[in-house]
Amino acid sequence: MYSKKVMDHFQDPKNMGEMTDANGVGTVGNPKCGDVMRLFLRVKTRRVRSPKSEVQKEEEYIDDIKFQTLGCAAAIACSSATTEMVKGKTIEEALDLTNQDVVNELGELPPAKFHCSVLAEQAIKKAIEDYKSKKVKK
Amino acid sequence: MYPIYLDYAATTPVDPEVIKAMIPYFTTDFGNASSIHSYGRRARQAVDEARKIVAEFLGCESSEVIFTSGGTESDNLAIRGLIASYENTNNTTKVLKYESKKQNTKPHIITTQIEHHAVLNTVKNLEKSGMIEATYLKPNSDGIVSVRDIESAIKPNTVLVSVMYVNNEIGTVQPIREIGKLIEKENKSRVQESKSPKEKSSGLPDFRTRDSHIYFHTDAVQAAEYFDMNVQTLHVDLLTFTAHKIYGPKGIGVLYIKKGTPIKPEQTGGEHEYRKRAGTENVPGIVGIAKAVEIVRKSKSPKVQESESPDSSAGKNQSQNDILRLRNKLIEGILKTVKGSRLNGIRELRSPGNVNISVKNAEGEAILLNLDLQGIAASSGSACTSGALEPSHVLLAIGVPAEIAHGSIRFTLGRHTTETEINRVLEVFPGIVEKVRSISPFK
Repeated sequence: MYSKKVMDHFQDPKNMGEMTDANGVGTVGNPKCGDVMRLFLRVKTRRVRSPKSEVQKEEEYIDDIKFQTLGCAAAIACSSATTEMVKGKTIEEALDLTNQDVVNELGELPPAKFHCSVLAEQAIKKAIEDYKSKKVKK
Repeated sequence: MYPIYLDYAATTPVDPEVIKAMIPYFTTDFGNASSIHSYGRRARQAVDEARKIVAEFLGCESSEVIFTSGGTESDNLAIRGLIASYENTNNTTKVLKYESKKQNTKPHIITTQIEHHAVLNTVKNLEKSGMIEATYLKPNSDGIVSVRDIESAIKPNTVLVSVMYVNNEIGTVQPIREIGKLIEKENKSRVQESKSPKEKSSGLPDFRTRDSHIYFHTDAVQAAEYFDMNVQTLHVDLLTFTAHKIYGPKGIGVLYIKKGTPIKPEQTGGEHEYRKRAGTENVPGIVGIAKAVEIVRKSKSPKVQESESPDSSAGKNQSQNDILRLRNKLIEGILKTVKGSRLNGIRELRSPGNVNISVKNAEGEAILLNLDLQGIAASSGSACTSGALEPSHVLLAIGVPAEIAHGSIRFTLGRHTTETEINRVLEVFPGIVEKVRSISPFK
């Protein structure tokens, strides 16, 4: 039913747990539907040199990420895979992540479980949104 | 070592005795039961004998036993066949013309919200296609359908009541005998009513007695192993059961059709099975189901056969008492060691083999896969295993909140279940739930 990669993530989820110093949190899904996914982000700023010029610029990147998920094996695997995929990436890069990227990362997902990958994409977008809105308030 | 199997309600291993009985009908006695030569006659004889054994099991005539491909087909034949018989004789329109003056224009079926999909989707399908009107009764929170609710759901155009005997998900036992008696009483009063001079003078068509008869069907697939299957004491007109839940082969089932019950065949073809079910007889399967039935009969003590309340543990034989004891051990063990766990469906009126547990803040499929990784095969009413988004219709119908219904696990015990196996489940289950909960955002 599930690919080896899904089962690996399910049995040994990466970046699982709560983060107390998160500056962005996104929760999607509904316990009534059986799936709830929560992502915690710690976004930091780093100075990087643009490859074409000598000018340095600042970029925001995901320094650390953790997840908590109530759901089936596919939901857990999608959460785990997503955290690995976006860790260290800039928030722009993370916003570009699609559910298909998550499916590709896992090899395959049964059609009935596609919504789990959609949840993962929504969760990361929502967590970044939360980070941005908190930044504005500051 | 084989994994621990606790999914006997899904299917059972075929008893070696059953296989032994079947083998000749694949090899030496492979004839078509309709053939006139010796091969055919041997096959026919085997079918006749098997039918007799099944008839004895059900307490009916041989001619009332129809072999089908299994539970789903039997349910379809019972429900669709009955409804089609009204169409066939053009009586629907007539009945309906009469009934339309009262309130309704279509035959009415009463069933329950906790039926197996073979019944539920068949009734829904007939309803959707506009052929019938349907009432889906809600059971109480124990998972039991009330006889009184059935009584009050009966309308002048009610033609069929279909209520399952033992629920496949939560194992609850429905009051089939009481419902059967109620319907019999109702039918008697209808006959009297239609015989009254007033009715006759109104020029009503005389088929009304037949067409306003209410037939009673029960899906007894999950009951055959443990409960009284006598159609006389159950007061049923139609009864479904299948071989693969009683240690027989898959692909063979029975529909009991009480003499005089109008059933139009579902498929056209030869004149097999008293013209009720066309198709060359599955002789090895038929021999197999009869052997399986024989073994069940032997295992049931006479007390169980006659028992008024088949749910009571009294009168069950040794092996059934063992299963019941192990079931109770499993239920008590889980409820004690897993916080936020509950038993779905009442414990007292329940199949000896069924345990259905919901746990809070842990999803069923995740638990199931972890059990599987630990070498334990169980089942779940969780949406995620079926691919649907809705959790089990049975759990929702008995009022389990959706978020808790998603965390449900069904263990079903059987003839080969051992104490060691149950101990093993009790050993690993709490840890599995903890593991799944540790991933969840809810604590």
